[in-house]
Amino acid sequence: MASYLLKRLLATIPVMIFVAVFIFMLLRLTPGDPAALIAGDFASDAQIAEIREKLGLTEPLLKQFFIWISDVFRGDFGESFYFKKQVSELIAARIEPTLSLSMVTIILTVCIAVPMGIIAAYKQGSWVDRIVMGFSVLGFSVPVFVIGFALVYIFSIQLNWLPVQGYKRLGDGIGPWIVHLVLPALALSVIFVAFIARMTRTSMLEVLGEDYIRTARAKGQTETKVLTRHALRNAAVPIITVIGFAFAILIGGVVVTESVFNIPGLGLLTVEAVLNRDFPAIQAVVLLFSLIYVLINLLIDLSYTVLDPRIRY
Amino acid sequence: MTTQSAHSPFRRTLRRMGGHPSVLIGGILVLLICLMAFLAPALGTRDPNAISTSNRLKEPGFEGIMKVYTDEGRIKVPVHYRLGSDSLGRDLYSRVIYGARVSLIVGVTVAAISIAIGMVGGLVAGYFRFLDGIIMRIMDGLMAIPAILLAIAVVSVFNAGLTSVIIAIVVPEVPRVVRLVRSIVLSIREEPYVEAAITAGTKTHLLLIRHVLPNTVAPLIVQGTFIVASAIIVEAILSFLGLGIPADEVPTWGNIMGVARENFQLHPYQILYPGVLLAITVLSVNMLGDGLRDTLDPRFAKRV
Repeated sequence: MASYLLKRLLATIPVMIFVAVFIFMLLRLTPGDPAALIAGDFASDAQIAEIREKLGLTEPLLKQFFIWISDVFRGDFGESFYFKKQVSELIAARIEPTLSLSMVTIILTVCIAVPMGIIAAYKQGSWVDRIVMGFSVLGFSVPVFVIGFALVYIFSIQLNWLPVQGYKRLGDGIGPWIVHLVLPALALSVIFVAFIARMTRTSMLEVLGEDYIRTARAKGQTETKVLTRHALRNAAVPIITVIGFAFAILIGGVVVTESVFNIPGLGLLTVEAVLNRDFPAIQAVVLLFSLIYVLINLLIDLSYTVLDPRIRY
Repeated sequence: MTTQSAHSPFRRTLRRMGGHPSVLIGGILVLLICLMAFLAPALGTRDPNAISTSNRLKEPGFEGIMKVYTDEGRIKVPVHYRLGSDSLGRDLYSRVIYGARVSLIVGVTVAAISIAIGMVGGLVAGYFRFLDGIIMRIMDGLMAIPAILLAIAVVSVFNAGLTSVIIAIVVPEVPRVVRLVRSIVLSIREEPYVEAAITAGTKTHLLLIRHVLPNTVAPLIVQGTFIVASAIIVEAILSFLGLGIPADEVPTWGNIMGVARENFQLHPYQILYPGVLLAITVLSVNMLGDGLRDTLDPRFAKRV
């Protein structure tokens, strides 16, 4: 186990190095002068020279990279061009809304998707199953911002139940916080639910055909217990794996959802950074999101042993 | 010739596809949307970029007068806004109809390029073992960056436009195709007929083209359909966020919604028209993909 853990941890290092090199090179590899690109069309030569100096573009490429990466390791992503602040401060200030939105979305998703998948598998071929499968195709197809606006239209504009957009910090009370998160989390969870409900159904269908399920029923176990204790536990590994993959979709969705609902999180920061060609901020956000994604999938790999004692590394 | 008879595998597959409800419904809808995009000028549309400052944010069905500058000077023409007008007085109906073009172009182009690059990458990685490690590590690295974020990062270093959007969407799609093709190549390599061909001294390029490549066609058609769907969504997202195709150059469903969001509270329908069309398009492409997967590639259907 310890050796597997070490091996798995080590395997993420080359991946993250590639991500870092890619993010670093992206700006340098583009045609033309990156400093002029950042400065925009109306910049003076002096402004361009200043940006070149700030980015260290005058140094040899390899040296630039090592300066950048060693700064990154110290948590120093440089100063944002647009916000005129340290990028690390910027990220720290924006992390709470994104974390809140992601957490509420994941909890909402798991609470909706897993029971949906279980019922669909249990009643395979019934109308419930068909509704769940139909919903999952629909969920894949309707973009998150369309769902977001539709929800705002119904619940905020027509019914006037929930705020249209914005965010309230958790420190200001849990009521306003959750009220502002309901719609964005609901919008964001649709595609996630589609994904996980479908996987839960497939995984449960496989398990429900096993002999030990028949045995459990034969010894008089209640159906609820058969489903949760015997079937779900055995079906858990593929479901958890898919939750890990779906994190990439979640992160992409956060960027869009935060824009739609005007939530000042990391996603909105990404969009603002790109619109203003704020490269230190773009690099930091992409690197951070990728690291989170890689680490979550690492955690999920490791969680298999807990979920399924048959898996030993 | 047996291959010409009604019992040939090709015809059997065609018949099976035609009988599959998802292929049928999805295919017809996709065809209708293609027709709409192709026939856009003939569907009662006007110049989708024509601005009319006196007719801003009108309700659907509004009859107005628009000033047009011609060689003979300024003339006034009556205009009918079927679906209303946006914040610059542009005709929403025309914009929504023309918007279908970009979605379809981006979807198909991204799928074609991703498959072309991914197929070469996958064949090379799967067949030439010494390159496998390098190629797959690069693909792992690219897949470690969430797709939309990767597209946003790529788009950020180019000037906004159709080409940069296509490149930005291709980059995250390629690793998925490479993985798929590589996994097929790896399983095909072990087949007796491939070993027989190697023993018989078939040259590597002929071996790949004649024996390995045909096995990738069905899964790639299926994968390609799903790439079309996801590329359409990502283009809409990028353009909606203002990072993709600028609204004053070419109307796309994404940038129409991006413009309309500013007045969403007063004119919610302006977002819903392109939104609904976008959803229907992606839904029908996905349905087509699901159906094709069931009929063309039963192995794949079982895996997912």
